[in-house]
Amino acid sequence: MAFDGRTVFDSLSCAFPRGRITVVLGGSGSGKSTLLRLIGGLIQPEAGRVEVAGHDVTDPHTSLAEVRSRIGMLFQHGALLDSLSVFDNLALPLREHTDLDRAAIAQAVRAQLDAVGLGNVEGLLPGQLSGGMLRRAALARAIIRSPEILLCDEPFSGLDPASLKRIEILLTRINRQRGITLIVVSHHIASTLRLADQALLLLPGRSVCGPPAALRSSSDPEVADFFDEELDVEALDREERAAT
Amino acid sequence: MTPVALVRELGFRAIRVVAELGSMLLFTLSFLRAAVVPPLRPQRFVDEIYNLGVLSLVIVGVSGFAVGMVLGLQGYNTLVRFGAEGSLGAVVGLSLVRELGPVLTALLVTGRAGSATAAEISSMVTSEQLDGLRMMSVDPMDIVVAPKAIAMIFVMPILTSLFVLAGLLGAYFIGVGLMGLDAGVFLSSLKSSIRFADDIGGCYLKALIFGFLAGLIATFRGYHATPTAAGVSAATTSTVVVTSVAVLIGDYFLTALWGFQI
Amino acid sequence: MSRSPLRDLIAGVFVVIGLAAVAFLAFRVGETPFEHRGGFPLFATFDEVAGLKDRAPVDIAGVRVGRVTSIGLDENYRARVAMDIDPKVELPADTSASIVTSGLLGDRYISLQLGGDTEILKPGEEIGFTESAVVLERLLGKFAGNFGSTGEPSKTEGQ
Repeated sequence: MAFDGRTVFDSLSCAFPRGRITVVLGGSGSGKSTLLRLIGGLIQPEAGRVEVAGHDVTDPHTSLAEVRSRIGMLFQHGALLDSLSVFDNLALPLREHTDLDRAAIAQAVRAQLDAVGLGNVEGLLPGQLSGGMLRRAALARAIIRSPEILLCDEPFSGLDPASLKRIEILLTRINRQRGITLIVVSHHIASTLRLADQALLLLPGRSVCGPPAALRSSSDPEVADFFDEELDVEALDREERAAT
Repeated sequence: MTPVALVRELGFRAIRVVAELGSMLLFTLSFLRAAVVPPLRPQRFVDEIYNLGVLSLVIVGVSGFAVGMVLGLQGYNTLVRFGAEGSLGAVVGLSLVRELGPVLTALLVTGRAGSATAAEISSMVTSEQLDGLRMMSVDPMDIVVAPKAIAMIFVMPILTSLFVLAGLLGAYFIGVGLMGLDAGVFLSSLKSSIRFADDIGGCYLKALIFGFLAGLIATFRGYHATPTAAGVSAATTSTVVVTSVAVLIGDYFLTALWGFQI
Repeated sequence: MSRSPLRDLIAGVFVVIGLAAVAFLAFRVGETPFEHRGGFPLFATFDEVAGLKDRAPVDIAGVRVGRVTSIGLDENYRARVAMDIDPKVELPADTSASIVTSGLLGDRYISLQLGGDTEILKPGEEIGFTESAVVLERLLGKFAGNFGSTGEPSKTEGQ
C-alpha cells in the first residue's frame, strides 16, 4: 500500500478478529494512523483491498455510509466540533441518522456521558474540557450509535496516568460488555500489553502479528528492539554512525 | 538555475495553477450541490449569516462612513474650484455605488469574515474535525462549507448597501453639515445621477460576484489547508491575499463588461 | 446545530435591515424610472442634437418632468428624439422643445416651453416647435473665422 507518493506499507495483510482488541504498534511515521484511516475509508490505497465486515471500502460502489454506520472512531485530539457543546456533539450523529425525538436523544446522550463518567459537562464547549475529559467525551460520541467496530487513534497519548488508566478501563469495558471489536493504534507498550488480545507491529517494510506476549518475547531483532525499553545510548550512536 | 530547469519550473507552476482552478470549480459544484440537495440546514445558514454578516456590521458601517466623509471633503474642495460643488452628491454617489461600495466592502469582509472562515475550517482540518464528521457520515461540505459559502454570497449585497448608505451619510454630513451645501442640491444631484438599471444593478451584480469569490476562496483555502498550525496561518493569509487580488482584478473586468453609462 | 434564539433574532434583524437598505438604495437613492410609473411618450424632431445623450433630462422651467428614451434619425436625416414624460404633466399642443446646456460646458438636456393652446398633447404625438442645440465649437469657429484674415487660419473653420 502506498499513500501520497510515499510507500507506507509494502505488503500488509492482517485480519482483525471480531469481538477482540487488536493493538497496532509501530514507531512514528510507520503508518499506524494511516491504517485506521484506510479502514474508515477516509483515504484510498493505491493498491490493495480493505474489507470491513464483508464490505470492500476501497470499492467505489460500496456505500461508505453503510460501512461507517458500523464503525465508531475515536480521534487523537477528540475531533469534537469546537462550535458545539458536548451535548450537541454527542447528539449530532443521532440527529443526523436516527428518527429519535428530542427526549430520546437527550436520554441517549446522558446515558452515554454517564457511561464514560462525565455527568455534568454536557453544556460545556469541548475547549473547556481537560484532556482526559475531552478524550472520554469523544469516546462517548464514537460509540453513541452502537458500532460493531471502534477505531481508536492514539487513545493514550498526552494523558496523565489516572486519565490513562480510566480510558484503558473504559475501552476494556466497551469491548467486554458490548462485544465491540477494537482496533487501537498506540505506541504505548504498557497499555498494549494489558489491553490487547492481538498485537500488530508495523516495522519498516513489513509487519508482525501475534499475541502481545509472544511479540514481546520474540527473537526477531527488530521486534525485540521495539519492545526494549532500556535507554541504549551506545546502540543509537552506533546506528547513527552507520547511517552516515 | 539552468534554462531547462527554469522552463520546467515554469511549466510545473502553470500546470499547478490550472489544476487548482479545476479543483476550485469542482469544489464550487460540490458546495452548490450540497446547498440545494437535502438535508438542507437552515439553522447552519442562519448561524453563518450571524457570523459573517452581523459581526461585520460595525467595521463596514464605520469604514463606509469614514470613506464617505473623505469623499465628501475631497470632492467638495475640488468641485468648489469650478463652482460645481452642487454636483457633490453625484460625485460621491457614483463613486460609492459603482466602485467603492462593492470593492471596499468585499475587501473589508474578506479581512474580517473571510479570514475567520478560512481559519475556522483549516483548524477543523488540522484537528480532524472534518474527518470526524465524515466518519459519522455527515458531509463536511453540507454542514461546514456550503452554509458559509452561501451565506457569504447572501450577506455581501446587504453589507454593500449598508456601506454605501453609511458613505452617503458621511458625505452628507461633511457636504451639508460642515460645508453648508444645500441639502436639496446634494440630494437631487445624487438622485439624478444614479440610475437604477446600470448603477444600482451593477453594484449588486458586483457585490454578488465578490461575495461568491470571497466565500469560495475562504472555504476552499480552509478546506485544502495543510493539517498543521502553519497550514492554518498559511490558509488564512492566502485567503485574504487571493481574495483581495481577485476582487480588484474582477472589478476591472466587471466594470468594463457591464459598461456603465457616463 | 446548536440553537440560540437571541442570535437567530439578531441575524433576522440584520437581514431585515439589510434588505430595507437594499430597497432604499434601489428605489430612493437611484433615480426613479418614470417608465415604471407609466410615463407617456412624446416625440420631437431637431436639426441638431449634438451632445444630447440617451436618458438626458427633460424639464419645464428647470423642474424635471421626464427623460430622453431614444435618439435616432428620421427619413429626412433629421434627429428624432423620443421622450418619456411624467403622466401628471399636461402639455399644450403648441409647446416648444429646445436643447439647452446646463452651465457653459455642462450636460445637454431638453427644456420645454409651454404654449397657450387649450388642446393638450396626447401620448405619441409630436412637439411641433423645436430649437436645436447650439454647437459651441462651430460658434467659436465662425467667431475665429471673422478674424481669420489677420491671424492663422482656424482649423475649426472648415465645416
